[in-house]
Amino acid sequence: MIALLKRDLTLAFRAGGGFGLGLAFFLIVTVLVPFSVGPQSSLLSTIAPGVLWLGALLACLLSLDRLLALDWEDGSLDLLATAPLPLESVVTIKALAHWITTGLPLVLAAPVLGVLLNLPVPGFFWLVVSLALGTPALSVIGTFGAALTVGLKRGGLLLSLLVLPLYVPTLIFGAEVARRGATGMETATPLLMLAGITAATIALLPFASAAVLRVNLR
Amino acid sequence: MTLTVTNLAITRGGVPVLEGINFALEPGKALILRGPNGIGKTTLLRTLAGLQPPLAGVIDGAEDTVAYAGHSDGLKPTLTVVENLRFWASVFGAADIQSALDAYGLNELADRQAGNLSAGQKRRLGLSRLLVTGRPIWMLDEPTVSLDRNAVAMFADAVRGHLGQGGSALIATHIDLGLDGEVLDVGPYKAKPKPIDDFDGGFL
Repeated sequence: MIALLKRDLTLAFRAGGGFGLGLAFFLIVTVLVPFSVGPQSSLLSTIAPGVLWLGALLACLLSLDRLLALDWEDGSLDLLATAPLPLESVVTIKALAHWITTGLPLVLAAPVLGVLLNLPVPGFFWLVVSLALGTPALSVIGTFGAALTVGLKRGGLLLSLLVLPLYVPTLIFGAEVARRGATGMETATPLLMLAGITAATIALLPFASAAVLRVNLR
Repeated sequence: MTLTVTNLAITRGGVPVLEGINFALEPGKALILRGPNGIGKTTLLRTLAGLQPPLAGVIDGAEDTVAYAGHSDGLKPTLTVVENLRFWASVFGAADIQSALDAYGLNELADRQAGNLSAGQKRRLGLSRLLVTGRPIWMLDEPTVSLDRNAVAMFADAVRGHLGQGGSALIATHIDLGLDGEVLDVGPYKAKPKPIDDFDGGFL
């Protein structure tokens, strides 16, 4: 399992591996928003948590279609399926590798980009907390979508359509934590909901992903 | 570990392709699968490797004993030869990759990225993976595609070595590898169309 994680991380950091794609997209979105909505700092402060969360979510979505498709194309998914690793752990490791290469950089970059959107000072902490709690769910749900569409030519469109509705609860509660944090309100309720969603997806979805992958490999 | 297949029927895309297959593959033996293109050799190997369920019949002894090598080699173009091989070695819990590199003459290529290898060199790397799996039953689908004569000999030696250690091999191939193995022509096992019964007749 460690070997698979190491391989996926190495692949991501090598040339053409796609590391930084999500981060660059996140950067572009947050830099362009002030240009499009205008420079009123009060308006930017209001929308900052939502924009940052939406940017992070779309950035996560961007790299999902490569998550399993590359392994399927070069045949290594077949070989992994016949290896001693259970497919459940394969998809879990894949999701973890996706989070480390996409979700974690977003969490780390978010406070810096929050400055560009005039995020109120108390909001920085809650933005990072909510993203750190929410992005793992995005990776795990995304892996499920990737497993559903693996083997389809140009499956990216279908993947987005399937995954976006599943992302909505994470987006609602994640952005709510950041918004409440920024305005100095109580954050416990949405934070617990967000943590619950993440815990449930991590616990359940790998089984679903492995099951659909078995069907798709036939 | 004897692989026993009893009355196996397999499907491709929901359509039965082969039926009534019986054989037993004992340790130290090789079985060569032959048959025209499209008859279902690949489907048979994938079914035996556990990648798809059989339509009917029993496969005994294939659980966690099979090393499968299909049409694609499962190589990552941006990893070097050694990194590719070491990955599979650690997945299968093997430590030694040197003997696999030696067996297929890959030492000179060890630090080249797999994406820069020729088709035949990639295939050699793909086949060397079998040596690090430590699995007793090899299932090989057209293993000699794009190999030169020299590399085919290396491959045949590797298979012979594997059989000598009590392993077995199931090989779908069209060329003569010089192995003393039985040949199974799957042509006669082609699935016959189901006769029209009353249920079907109701629609006609």
